[in-house]
Amino acid sequence: MPEEYEPKIVAFFCNWCTYLAADLAGTSRIKYAPNTRVIRVMCSGRVDPQFVLDAFAKGADGVLIGGCHPGDCHYQEGNYKALRRFRLLQRLVSQMGIEPERLRLEWISAAEGDRVRAVIDEMTAQLKALGPARRSHAEAA
Amino acid sequence: MKPKVAFYWCASCGGCEEAVLDLAEDLLEVTALVDIVFWPVALDFKEKDVEGMPDGSIAIAFINGAIRTSDQQKMARLLRAKSELVVAFGVCAQSGGVPGLANLTDAAGILEEAFGDGVRPEREYRVDGSSVTLPKLFDTVVPLSAVIPVDYYVPGCPPTPKIVAGALTALLDPHPPAKGAVLAPDHALCEECPRRDSRPQELRLERFRRVSETVLDTEKCLLAQGVLCLGAATRAGCEARCIAGNMPCTGCFGPPSRVRDFGGKAIGAIASVLGSNDPDEVERALESIPDPAGTFYRYSLPTSFLERRRMEASNGRGN
Repeated sequence: MPEEYEPKIVAFFCNWCTYLAADLAGTSRIKYAPNTRVIRVMCSGRVDPQFVLDAFAKGADGVLIGGCHPGDCHYQEGNYKALRRFRLLQRLVSQMGIEPERLRLEWISAAEGDRVRAVIDEMTAQLKALGPARRSHAEAA
Repeated sequence: MKPKVAFYWCASCGGCEEAVLDLAEDLLEVTALVDIVFWPVALDFKEKDVEGMPDGSIAIAFINGAIRTSDQQKMARLLRAKSELVVAFGVCAQSGGVPGLANLTDAAGILEEAFGDGVRPEREYRVDGSSVTLPKLFDTVVPLSAVIPVDYYVPGCPPTPKIVAGALTALLDPHPPAKGAVLAPDHALCEECPRRDSRPQELRLERFRRVSETVLDTEKCLLAQGVLCLGAATRAGCEARCIAGNMPCTGCFGPPSRVRDFGGKAIGAIASVLGSNDPDEVERALESIPDPAGTFYRYSLPTSFLERRRMEASNGRGN
């Protein structure tokens, strides 16, 4: 592990709540760890489990999914769908040797800019402690 | 001169060989069209016979099974050199199949489980001045396409007679399909399922039920009856044979072409049909899927995005 290991976090934020919260954090000049690459999706329910697995396969050390609070989904139920998929994915990735801390789901409303900071800072610290999510490949080739 | 074909098996159960034999009398029609020059399960040709053939002299090599030993890797490369076309036959050659679940551990873990403190197989054994060797067991099972270029894929565990016959016809045709094609329809099994009309628009299941604890209706959609059926994520072409036997689809035809990771797509579909919005209830419902990796990657762990359990996490032992 290099001395200054910086984990990479891929974050899927929903268009109506969490992405706006991240925007608010920016306009409020709130400082948070620069380790997150945010991808805006229309709804946390749009986060296909394939996206999450692809992110890990391509070298992400963590994946963060942000959606509206329960009951607040712009599309009524998308965040509940995200919750069910997330819980099943958690079980899968732990079988694949990926620590549960590397995959996180958070409800963050458009008003919670500071919550974006808290979550990203906390997750970055946790992943720094865990180290890189290296993967070994087949030796046959 | 009739085109020459070869059949070979790698990490497989023999079911794909059975699938060819299941052609029964039709096999005679096949042999009227082609000469079988190598088929270890049925004919007495040796590796050195294949080595003696000119490069490219075999028209089609049908290789079943995943690659998990140095010997299988070597034979795959030999057949690739000798053949004009290589067909990955069956889901193990295509995407790892059930042997691919070995990627949840590694070679040392497998040997430990199988032999424990007992007598271990030795890779080299000397007897009467000569030595015999065992192939190296890899830590990671890979599909055929990871060791040689593959021209076509025939899915299934095993491929059904209709799929096998269709593949042969397509390959012997003067205008064969585009290289890289999966020789089966490219839509989901649900679309041609005989129980399709009994699937409700929206499902809200409390939990999944095992076939053994359930008296199942023979007409109604299995998913609607609470049985974890993967037809929605699986490629069609099997004539829904498992469904006809009142058993759920486990995904052996792999995904349609637009899906990049079978398990990921299946998880998306299956998690969606759970009814609850309450985290604790969702957890309880998920208890009814005790082995997600084995359920959603039963046939495709080596071709999934993650390919295997992290070695560093499994135990750090390699070979």
